[in-house]
Amino acid sequence: MSFSITTTEPQETVFSANDVKVYYGKFLALKGISIDIFKNSVTAFIGPSGCGKSTLLRCFNRLNDLIENFHLEGKIVYHHQNLYDPQVDPVEVRRRIGMVFQKPNPFPKSIYDNVAFGARINGYKGDMDELVEKSLRSAALWDEVKDKLKESGLALSGGQQQRLCIARAIAVQPDAILMDEPCSALDPISTLRVEELIHQLKERYSIIIVTHNMQQASRVADMTAFFNVEPTDKGGRMGYLVEYDRTEVIFQTPKQQATQEYVSGRFG
Amino acid sequence: MNTPAPNPAKIIRPPSQWDKSLDRGFIWLTRFFALAIAGILLWIAVQVTIQAAPAIQSSGLGFIFESTWDPVKDQYGVLPQIYGTMVSALIALILAVPIGVGTALLLSENFLPLPIRTVMVFLVELLAAIPSVVYGLWGIFVLIPILKEVGGWLHSQLGWIPFFNTPLAGPGMLPAGVVLAIMILPIITAISRDSLISLPPELRQASLGLGATRWETIFQVLIPAAISGIVGAVMLALGRAMGETMAVTMLIGNANNINISILAPANTIASLLASQFAEASGLQISSLMYAALILFLLTLLVNVLAELIVQKVKRI
Ligand SMILES: Nc1ncnc2c1ncn2[C@@H]1O[C@H](COP(=O)(O)OP(=O)(O)O)[C@@H](O)[C@H]1O
Ligand SMILES: [Mg+2]
Repeated sequence: MSFSITTTEPQETVFSANDVKVYYGKFLALKGISIDIFKNSVTAFIGPSGCGKSTLLRCFNRLNDLIENFHLEGKIVYHHQNLYDPQVDPVEVRRRIGMVFQKPNPFPKSIYDNVAFGARINGYKGDMDELVEKSLRSAALWDEVKDKLKESGLALSGGQQQRLCIARAIAVQPDAILMDEPCSALDPISTLRVEELIHQLKERYSIIIVTHNMQQASRVADMTAFFNVEPTDKGGRMGYLVEYDRTEVIFQTPKQQATQEYVSGRFG
Repeated sequence: MNTPAPNPAKIIRPPSQWDKSLDRGFIWLTRFFALAIAGILLWIAVQVTIQAAPAIQSSGLGFIFESTWDPVKDQYGVLPQIYGTMVSALIALILAVPIGVGTALLLSENFLPLPIRTVMVFLVELLAAIPSVVYGLWGIFVLIPILKEVGGWLHSQLGWIPFFNTPLAGPGMLPAGVVLAIMILPIITAISRDSLISLPPELRQASLGLGATRWETIFQVLIPAAISGIVGAVMLALGRAMGETMAVTMLIGNANNINISILAPANTIASLLASQFAEASGLQISSLMYAALILFLLTLLVNVLAELIVQKVKRI
């Protein structure tokens, strides 16, 4: 399936998935996904639970490699390079593509060490204090923590922890950032702060965000992909991409009936 | 779909006399058990102190710094035994901590298929079930002959290092330390593994997601995050090694003097008690009680220290 995207100007792509199928053991979790993710834009993945949004997201930084029976067919091209080429080092991939998780997961280390961690393991030679400050500023957290950098990251509130995790991801100076429902554990005010942050970050990074929150998708995303899930004849459930387009198109004039039903809340 | 609203008056139900006395009885029962444990400990401490009183009066604090143990002249000092207790436990820790933590890592990561790991966990736990006397026998008949070779080599090649300046004739500090290491291995492995596998999987994902390798993740994230459990395990093991009696008595050589060489025979407090109690009398019994009291205090010290260290590392 291909999508005729209603864009005005041609855009540079960061990721390009081509007929990607994901299996967990024998179970087909995602069938034939083809999607182009554009540079310096925010792409939202929406869809009902279990349709494979997280699965697809983790394909982009090869974090699924940790799952023993995970298996991928097809191609994901990242800057002209197939990410699943046997020659590719997944560790290098993850250095370039940061990730923010659903549940804030700072390390049980100080705030400073949390931010410095990625840079240290990557052999960062520059001024670490400066990098930590810059990353915390970009994550809109600096003013709240500048006087307690030595305190544990776990002592922060949930919203602050999530921004710390974003700062930690930024400090590695990645190319793209993947966010898997980053606000689902946060209160509305923290959610708004993270959304503002996402707006600022897209100037420098390409962002993919999985969200269950329709308003959030319409607020932050330039592009939106709607996924759905259908039963297979063997009794399994498999996810597929229904529609991918500019966010206003998905929310106002979607081409598919299922998208229309989902975004208007009559479904899922 | 028109069920009558439940009667709100029903939520008012004062606890009956029976409920109240059941609650109170349970509280008292748990209080009694908690106090009983503390009471037993205190009682043992008091008894040992009373029995040790004559020796405390006759030798005073000099007991700790005195090196002769001579029941004929009624001269008693436990410096060599304190030294032996600490050194044998230290040898055990030096050997068992890397192996134990390494095993814990192997068993908590997925380097091996799950069925093999499950069997290994079981085997490690079996190590803890072997009676102390069996370790002693195994030490005498299997370990010492092997260590004689090793010790001979150490003495001939590295004899200039004070720790190896005697040959290993048979029983000695090294065999005792090695057997202690094997005995405390299950404690270190089991508790370290528990604290490693109870770490949230999100930590590992966060680390790998930042481009850390597996080794960086293990050594810079997982072990630091589990460190309070690992330190606790090591301290528990240290307490166990200091108090172990039977296997040590059989392997250490029961020599009541200080020898810097770990290939020479030595003694520990626990082993002194075990080997002398049967035929002791008079001031000797009292001195043994005094020695027991010192072991008690040493172990207490280790445990307090352990608690402090755990609190300290937990704070970050
Ligand atoms: N580690 C795994 N092993 C096996 N099946 C999995 C695993 N992770 C996810 N799945 C399955 O893949 C499907 C998609 O899951 P997921 O990507 O988490 O969906 P979403 O994020 O859209 O809710 C689900 O049916 C889920 O049960
Ligand atoms: Mg998900």
